[in-house]
Amino acid sequence: MAVLTYRDALNQALREEMQRDDRVFLMGEEVAEYDGAYKVSRGLLKEFGPKRVVDTPIAELGFTGIGVGAAMVGLRPVIEMMTWNFALLAIDEIVNGAAKIRYMSGGQLGCPIVFRGPGGSALQLGAQHSQAFESWYAHIPGLKVVTPGTPADAKGLLKSAIRDDDPVVFIEGEMLYNNKGEVPEGEYLTPIGVAEVKRPGKDVTLVCHGKTVAIALKAAEQLAAEQIAAEVVDLRSIRPLDSATILQSVAKTNRCVVVEEGWPFAGVGAQVVDVIQRDGFDALDAPVLRVTNADVPMPYNKHLEKAAKVDAAKVVAAAKRVLYLLDPRTD
Amino acid sequence: MATKIVMEALSPTMEEGRLVEWKKREGDPVAVGDVLAEVETDKAVMELVARAAGTLLKQLVAAGATVPVSSPVGWIGSAGESVATDGRPDGPSVSRAGGQEEPAKPAPAAVEPAPSEAAATKSDEPAPPPPPATDRPAAPTGRVRASPLARKIAAEQGVDLSGVSGSGPEGRVIKRDLEGGQTVTRTGGQVVSGPTVRPSGGPAFDDVPLTQIRKTIAKRLVQSIGPIPTFYLTSEVDMERVAEAREALNAAAGDQGKTSFNDIVLKAVATALHQHPACNAWWQDDHVRVWHEVHLGVAVAVEDGLITPVIRNAETKTLREIAAETRDLAKRARERKLKPEEYTGSTFSVSNLGMFDIEHFTAIINPPEAGILAIGSIAAVPAAVGGQLQVRRRMRMTMSCDHRVIDGATGAQFLKTLKLLLENPLALVW
Repeated sequence: MAVLTYRDALNQALREEMQRDDRVFLMGEEVAEYDGAYKVSRGLLKEFGPKRVVDTPIAELGFTGIGVGAAMVGLRPVIEMMTWNFALLAIDEIVNGAAKIRYMSGGQLGCPIVFRGPGGSALQLGAQHSQAFESWYAHIPGLKVVTPGTPADAKGLLKSAIRDDDPVVFIEGEMLYNNKGEVPEGEYLTPIGVAEVKRPGKDVTLVCHGKTVAIALKAAEQLAAEQIAAEVVDLRSIRPLDSATILQSVAKTNRCVVVEEGWPFAGVGAQVVDVIQRDGFDALDAPVLRVTNADVPMPYNKHLEKAAKVDAAKVVAAAKRVLYLLDPRTD
Repeated sequence: MATKIVMEALSPTMEEGRLVEWKKREGDPVAVGDVLAEVETDKAVMELVARAAGTLLKQLVAAGATVPVSSPVGWIGSAGESVATDGRPDGPSVSRAGGQEEPAKPAPAAVEPAPSEAAATKSDEPAPPPPPATDRPAAPTGRVRASPLARKIAAEQGVDLSGVSGSGPEGRVIKRDLEGGQTVTRTGGQVVSGPTVRPSGGPAFDDVPLTQIRKTIAKRLVQSIGPIPTFYLTSEVDMERVAEAREALNAAAGDQGKTSFNDIVLKAVATALHQHPACNAWWQDDHVRVWHEVHLGVAVAVEDGLITPVIRNAETKTLREIAAETRDLAKRARERKLKPEEYTGSTFSVSNLGMFDIEHFTAIINPPEAGILAIGSIAAVPAAVGGQLQVRRRMRMTMSCDHRVIDGATGAQFLKTLKLLLENPLALVW
């Protein structure tokens, strides 16, 4: 298998899908002449020309609306958000437009569109540019939300998202773009709505997605040094949520920690916990714990930012709590 | 919103505390960290400090009272705020089932009972706030705290959860309490990979899950006497026959390969342990490892301490082999030439101070072993033999037993066998 960066895996997915289907086009700020703010669209303008790789003004609501309209009449737009923080300006088109077209037209119109870009925090980008919004979009019926954590899933999920007949919110990670990983050769798709066990284990389940996949795997490594076998379940898709894989894992381990970027209140982990307590109740030997970013605007100060973010040490501690190796009540 | 002051677990083993003296009076302002009272724990007099700021509104227990850990002892809040005098949350913020509101009681003079939630389990009452992070016994609610999984396992096994002591927070019964083994197994003390091939066949040891009674014994006795609840058994042995046998053996052996009393004792101990594997065991925190092989630790004094080289599979070795091996190990121990595997992994130890004319002593257990035998001197003393007073060579031996593993009768039976073997040394080859 080829080893690619997350960035190049996304680039491959875009190129392959644009080659495969001439209805696919990419639009967003700096995607064409500049090859993308994070170079995800490198070389695409040259290969596909300015009609299919379109630079826009800094006007998220406008170009997102154009994309939704284009999708309604049969094209397959990929709308790049320079970051998901900027998509707040376009959220009306995503939530009130894209997500509702099929329902409100009685099925006469669809909206096969992908909104993609980096979400969550990077390093010292401040409170307004460090936010994880997957739970916002996952809240909306009519949207699919995917959060690849590895290069292989980035490629496989982006190809699936572009081919999907409904709007897909595709959340990448700025800190993931340089990560390298094995990517299967040739054409392949990662199905939307299917989680993956990234590391098997029997003692505790660590549910993660996106950027927290690497954190959970690191925590699992540290736990292994203490003879604790953690199973890492990468959700990959937030909506639809693969409840079966989560429940299967918890049935095996009886204990679960949900790891996510973003704030605790009504976060993705809250939904995961709901699934487990309802359908996995008899499997539980301890309350499910969540590890999230701190419930504050992201601090700019380097040390405070570090303290506010999820890290492996916090995951290890939570795992020990659900294993009753630490007091499960303390925080 | 007033904050309840509770008796905190000020030592790991503390289950109750005596409030020696209040350092703040009702109405006094209190800052976080202020010493509220002095509390006598199971170990020492400690300070109970404020976890909230405000005014000490109420002292719920009088000086001198002893209350369980986590029980309320007072309230901190804003001056003038009204609080319950029985340790319950006060005021309309907590909805109660109609008609069950208890009238406020005057501050009790002495022991305040634990919160009387048992008497009033109101399903519509919000759960009480989580208690401070301390280990404490199950709250007396009548309802057994158990994880969903533990309930399912108990139902499948037909186990009554009320008879199971839970190891989770607030006595919550969890999976491991019903299975006798944690998913995550931690071994205490030294761990050695036992020989894979056993001369006498069969497994080298059995891991025996702890029964409830075993768990309770372990928990209670540790609270009583320390991490290794030790008791001592002493037995006096008539060594006349051993002495005669030894003289004969050594006369026959000539210059090489003399046999010491200690060698004979070691041989007898190994033989007796083989017959009493319950004394040849390791405490492993969540189970007991009962060894079928006897790896005998022999305490050897070295220049600045002592070391305990191990005679492996002593139960399979002849007296001559044990004598030779002990001599070799002791010599190399004094020269500091032992390899780590030669002084680890013992299943039982013997310490002998007889050569120093010590009549009798107690030895300290070398965990995770459950027992050690202290051998005193062989002294000519008056003894009644067949109703006649005679001067006999006799020896006293004292076994230290880890009560979590070995009960009095268990240890005594082993000693009885050992005594029988030493008083009838022919039985060693029987």
